Amino acid sequence: MSTDDSPMSDLPHGEAPAAARERALGRGGAERATAPREGRPARVWRAARAPVATRADALHAGAWWVWALGLAVAASRTTNPLLLALLVAVAGYVVAVRRTQAPWARSYGAFVKIALVVIGIRLVFAVFLGSPIPGTHTLFTLPEVPLPEWAKGVRLGGRVTAEGLVFALYDGLKLAALLICVGAANALANPARLLKSLPGALYEAGVAVVVAMTFAPHLVADVQRLRAARRLRGRADRGLRALLQVGLPVLEGALERSVALAAAMDARGYGRTARVPRAVRHTTTALSVGGLLGVCAGTYGLLAAEGAGYALPVLLAGLAAALGGLWLGGRRSARSRYRPDRWGARAWLVSGSGVAVAGLMIWAGSYAPTALHPPAVPLTAPTLPLWPAASVLLGLLPALVAPVPPDAAARPGPARRSGAAVRSDAAGRGPVSAPGGGRRRTAAGPRDAAGPPPASRAAHPSTEPPAKESER
Amino acid sequence: MIRFDQVSVTYDDDAGPALTGVDLTVDEGELCLLVGPSGVGKSTLLGTVSGLVPHFSGGTLHGTVTVAGRDTRTHRPRELADVVGTVGQDPLAHFVTDTVEDELAYGMESLGLPPDTMRRRVEETLDLLGLAALRERPIATLSGGQQQRVAIGSVLTAHPRVLVLDEPTSALDPAAAEEVLAVLQRLVHDLGTTVLLAEHRLERVVQYADQVIVLPAPGEAPLVGEPAAMMAASPVHPPVVALGRLAGWSPLPLSVRDARRRAKTLRDRLAPEPAPDGAAEPAAPDAVAPPVGRAEGLTVRRGRTDALRGVDLAVRPGESVALMGRNGAGKSTLLSAFVGLHEPATGTVRVGDAVPHRTRPADLLRRVGLVPQEPRDLLYADTVAAECEAADRDADAPRGTCRALVTRLLPGVADATHPRDLSEGQRLALALAVILTASPPLILLDEPTRGLDYAAKARLVEVLRALAADGHAIVLATHDVELAAELAHRVVILADGEVVADGPTAEVVVSSPAFAPQVAKVLAPLPYLTVPQVAHALGAGA
Repeated sequence: MSTDDSPMSDLPHGEAPAAARERALGRGGAERATAPREGRPARVWRAARAPVATRADALHAGAWWVWALGLAVAASRTTNPLLLALLVAVAGYVVAVRRTQAPWARSYGAFVKIALVVIGIRLVFAVFLGSPIPGTHTLFTLPEVPLPEWAKGVRLGGRVTAEGLVFALYDGLKLAALLICVGAANALANPARLLKSLPGALYEAGVAVVVAMTFAPHLVADVQRLRAARRLRGRADRGLRALLQVGLPVLEGALERSVALAAAMDARGYGRTARVPRAVRHTTTALSVGGLLGVCAGTYGLLAAEGAGYALPVLLAGLAAALGGLWLGGRRSARSRYRPDRWGARAWLVSGSGVAVAGLMIWAGSYAPTALHPPAVPLTAPTLPLWPAASVLLGLLPALVAPVPPDAAARPGPARRSGAAVRSDAAGRGPVSAPGGGRRRTAAGPRDAAGPPPASRAAHPSTEPPAKESER
Repeated sequence: MIRFDQVSVTYDDDAGPALTGVDLTVDEGELCLLVGPSGVGKSTLLGTVSGLVPHFSGGTLHGTVTVAGRDTRTHRPRELADVVGTVGQDPLAHFVTDTVEDELAYGMESLGLPPDTMRRRVEETLDLLGLAALRERPIATLSGGQQQRVAIGSVLTAHPRVLVLDEPTSALDPAAAEEVLAVLQRLVHDLGTTVLLAEHRLERVVQYADQVIVLPAPGEAPLVGEPAAMMAASPVHPPVVALGRLAGWSPLPLSVRDARRRAKTLRDRLAPEPAPDGAAEPAAPDAVAPPVGRAEGLTVRRGRTDALRGVDLAVRPGESVALMGRNGAGKSTLLSAFVGLHEPATGTVRVGDAVPHRTRPADLLRRVGLVPQEPRDLLYADTVAAECEAADRDADAPRGTCRALVTRLLPGVADATHPRDLSEGQRLALALAVILTASPPLILLDEPTRGLDYAAKARLVEVLRALAADGHAIVLATHDVELAAELAHRVVILADGEVVADGPTAEVVVSSPAFAPQVAKVLAPLPYLTVPQVAHALGAGA
């Protein structure tokens, strides 16, 4: 039982601690004794528990974005540092327990760093450029630079007040929280899968991004290899000059590789188009161009004062026409999609939790405006308002319901236990596949994961004749 | 299935045709092998089948190529995608997506197959190629053999009737190559796929071929025929054929099994002869001189894994050592440690008396030279002459040193040639000359025979033997068992970063089924490794 339930052991409601306690109390037979008593609630719990993320039940990438944007909207509605910190903690915790080993998942750290830099810059500006916030608590006074008459609104140096700094800090925190929410979506959602959900007419753009993503690591490897080669020629392998001199060969290599890839893609049928009637083609063009014009005009109307009456209808009509153009354009491409991500119950829960956080926070803005925006003047310690804080905690739902990444085992930190348990889980039940579980990162001896031996391959001959169904 | 009708191809900026007088037919369900020296137009011939030549590459195609009834002049490559599957030399350049399963589905998505058909075919192909356990793995984390199988699988899912492969096993270790060839065999036998492949390593593939096309020289018409008949006349042939020609067997054996059945009389004739030595055996190294390169208890960590663990290796002047082992066993890491690209986690590595990773590159150059897997990485200049001058400057050698070496290793190369226009073998020789300019006592080569034809390989063997005779120590990391048998005094086998075997070539190599050269397999238990040894023994006995 402890083995079965341990994927949840890092979660608040995990049952493993209970089992451990029972063992500690000397009830050795606890596992066998409790198994038959397992009643209906346990079965329901078992069914609702987060599965290991395989291709079939991976969460839709869009759900992660909806969830993160919901948190971001919530963050934009408050300057209460305690609430903001809570939001960041919620996003961080979900990333910690649900991100994979994929390269994009590592981008989260970069986003956190950028967020810290944003706070720093905001504070530096507040110190040197002064702040419009009136304050009485002077921390220190910088020598003020006298500016000419025409720059009267600007101040350089001068009095620095605690109120000004606190205001700047709150403001910076808000921006930082927004950034961290976007970073969380970036780390959790597979960009390739997200692009796969694009409409067919935008497919080319999606391919370009995916190819670029696979090319970047090659480019880095090329630079490293060529710098090493410089050392073999007896030249310095460090420094800017070395980097510049390998630039040309690296670009050459990248160019060659892209030509080879283009040839391979061509030979694999990239760019095959379906025959589309002339009328449909022309309609597509008309809809796309007309729609975009409508969108432009509508946006201009919304922003300018004159067009308040007609702007919204024009914008909506333009949008509809553009979408229609995209849909019709998709008919030209003969492509089909292999196993697109499904938007299942878990995706509804994850995205719903984000929307709920955003909605509740917007609502809180009307019933507790002062709690969401603690005043910098006069200086008061911010308090944590109970109900808004509780609504932020709803954002933790993905940590419970989103599928567990299969390769969490290789990662240090909070998720390690869950990862190890996933592995034993998979081993214990067989069909739950966690391919390459903890082995993915061991570079040495890759062949031992090479798959079934020839004998077992021979046991599943492909019975279908090869060219039978080249019909399309 | 594939019909060439008076085909010739001329590229725009070339004087003569790259391919001429091709007039042949490949029948359905045949495994057809394309052989010939480097630069003879093999890749061009393969390209005409998929339509990449001339639609993608440019140039002019005369005559017609018909694949499954479709004329490649009027069908672009993408319109042939459902009948021809093409896998190029470098599988990494072939991949469009990032995971195995998506890659298998990519071609079918382009063809617009219905989702349930795609799903079924992906599952079938995963089973067929033994990739089921890897289905969600990122492609970049796979080994070379696995990547090659994914590349083959990615074109198979479209159920092409013709499969075109350009050197599918040349970058693979012997075991991974067998994996890939087993898959090709299954396709031909079970699914009736027509396979056309070009390969330099004939010893691996010739016994599976139904038909062989030999391109003897650039601009000459190809010869077509049964493998045994073609091998009798071919300028390129595997050792087992050379042995058969030497012994006068007819028809020629193509596989070790055939040869072994014929070889009883040869073994009886050779048995009373003394163990091979002398002319055919590489000259013995100087046993008392201090080692020029030494690793003791060397552990190198890359990321979190130990790429090397407690490796001991000493190389003496005049000695040739072959490092073998599967892809990813740590061969390249060991070579890089000797040139200071990796700092040891524990243990020591010394080149002469210097610690490589603490020595300035300019000093290290005089102690050790490494020719990397891709010799082109070493070459920066626009012309051979400029490259040589730069090498003289780098090594503080007298002007003309490098050029003299180039002339010796690579006769007849003009000063103004761009290194990019050289063939693989010529480029390797140029890189070797650049390294030798500083005359380092220790020379390291990483996979030197990748992409080399037999003639280039034979020249390389001569060059390296001469260098060893001059007192250079040579370490080569290679998958090529025939090269190791001809050249190395000692073979060191690495597995998972540890040395699992270290000893004289004859002892180590003969006892291993994967690393034994063909002659050793045919003549076992006699300790012969190469055809020249047998020829020498027969000459002495007669």
